[in-house]
Amino acid sequence: MTLVRTIKISFKALSRNKMRSFLTALGIIIGVGAVIAMISIGEGAKVDIQSRFASMGTNLLFVRPGSQSFRGRHGGGGTYQNLKEADAEAILERCDAVKYISPSVNTRAQVIYQNKNWNTSIYGTGDKYPLIRNWTIDEGEYFTESQVKTAQKVCVLGAEVNKNLFEGGYSVGQIIRIKKIPFRVIGILKTKGEAGGWFNQDDVIAVPYTTAQRRLVGRTDRISSIDVSAVTAERTQEAMDQIKEVLRIQHKIAPGAEDDFNVRNMSDIAESAAESTKILTILLGGIASISLLVGGIGIMNIMLVSVTERIREIGIRMSIGAKERDILLQFLIEAIVLSLMGGFLGIGLGVGGSALISHFSPMTTLVSIGSIVLAFLFAASVGVFFGFYPARKASKLDPIDALRYE
Amino acid sequence: MDNNNTLIQLEDLTKIYQVGETEVKALNGVSYNIHQGDILAIMGPSGSGKSTLMNIIGCLDKPTSGRYLLDGKEVSTYNKNQLAEIRNKKIGFVFQNFNLLARTTTLENTELPLLYSDISSKKTKEYAMKALELVGLQGREMHKTNQISGGEKQRVAIARALVNNPSLILADEPTGNLDTKTGDEIMDVFVDLNKKQGITVILVTHDQEVARIAQKKIFLRDGLIERLNGDRQ
Repeated sequence: MTLVRTIKISFKALSRNKMRSFLTALGIIIGVGAVIAMISIGEGAKVDIQSRFASMGTNLLFVRPGSQSFRGRHGGGGTYQNLKEADAEAILERCDAVKYISPSVNTRAQVIYQNKNWNTSIYGTGDKYPLIRNWTIDEGEYFTESQVKTAQKVCVLGAEVNKNLFEGGYSVGQIIRIKKIPFRVIGILKTKGEAGGWFNQDDVIAVPYTTAQRRLVGRTDRISSIDVSAVTAERTQEAMDQIKEVLRIQHKIAPGAEDDFNVRNMSDIAESAAESTKILTILLGGIASISLLVGGIGIMNIMLVSVTERIREIGIRMSIGAKERDILLQFLIEAIVLSLMGGFLGIGLGVGGSALISHFSPMTTLVSIGSIVLAFLFAASVGVFFGFYPARKASKLDPIDALRYE
Repeated sequence: MDNNNTLIQLEDLTKIYQVGETEVKALNGVSYNIHQGDILAIMGPSGSGKSTLMNIIGCLDKPTSGRYLLDGKEVSTYNKNQLAEIRNKKIGFVFQNFNLLARTTTLENTELPLLYSDISSKKTKEYAMKALELVGLQGREMHKTNQISGGEKQRVAIARALVNNPSLILADEPTGNLDTKTGDEIMDVFVDLNKKQGITVILVTHDQEVARIAQKKIFLRDGLIERLNGDRQ
């Protein structure tokens, strides 16, 4: 008997018991659907985090002071205020893999405009900061090199700050007060969205770092960190090495001694954040796979019942010339057809489910072709694995006993 | 009579079943020849071994010893798959309880043996329609088996037995579940097929009425042929 005929016979047998076939396949439908939907949540979270970090700039490097060590006792990272403007200038001059630098002096402050006030992050930056951080100016402009050199009291508002102080209106040219010092608004930043939820990139005010040093922080000789962009994303590592070399000379660190600064790049930070979502994906996928396994056991259960119920039919088929192989194939194909149909419907459920999740919840979901193929193959092998035992049992029946079976 | 048209040769067949510790001898050395175009009735009380003999002739079972030649081939040495093929090509079964597939049309039931052979799907339908016509069921092809009467069911079973043009039809109490009138009609179908198509029919029965249409009869008792009737051997 040809395979096509066997498949036809299996379909007929299944369609004679539509409700039971559907309920049997339901285990696989839910299993495959759950696997695809769960993996899409994990993958979505990963892509989400990566794209948020990418929006900050993949060729971005941070130079921060290292931990202070006093008589063998280490403080935390950044406890050492040892970065100077001269360090930043040396990096820009001597590292050819570095494109832009921006010394940073950051603080928080209360800002006031007329009867409104707001507490926000103040970024004291250099004039190249928008180029390093992929910031786009919506209205007005960023401060220039000369405004930085002369420590002008000018500022650029983040979209969130502009919303809170000016109700999102045009604020360029207005005067706001930061720590009671008047600053002229010269630009508004375009909104960037929240980065991973722990801080809002739009809730900032940028001022020249020199102004921040003199007017807001009160230390004119130190800077808190240096933001650097490499020439290209590929040369990020090279830039890191060059910066380390230059700073060791600047800080007169003896060979073999520890660095008193840290250089980190954005893609490292993004990767470690994405890494944590991998565990989430595995966990969710693993839980969903269990339901697929349970679905497979359901198929085996129904197939065993079906074999017992159809012993007479098997006897008839054998008496008119069905070979062992024909019976084995018929029941095996029934199981495979059940699980494949379950697989197809499950893909629909999974894709639809993940679309619903991303529509009705803040989670991003991403259905990958890989997860569909994986779930589908898993469903098919569940069919083969759990269908084989009942099919073999059917094929080993003795035709005389089977015909006599009541 | 010469042996040219001998269809079946049974030589000293025995069949011993192992039931727990004890051996049960169902056949005790049966020798008999069946010719092409015969209607043979195998008779005997229950436990006489007639079912066992039918199962062996029908290639559903193998003898413990002795030889069984069908069309000159020693099928008693065949394996399970070879026997399945012989059943498919040379033998048609008609059972007391019809043994049709439930919730399936008469046409599909009739086609069933052809599905296990290498005949094309187009021919399959053609042959099945022809077989249904031979048993007088034309126009009932699309009826499901639960929508037709007992007599019609048995006709479908005969059509199914006929469809692959077998050498013999084995009927096990074919009228056992039918009333007398319907039973007679079914017997007429057998006689008709035998006369017009020259098909060999073997009836297994304990009903004298059924056996009446047979030209030859063998009576079994305790696994042995007790007497022959109307045989020229």
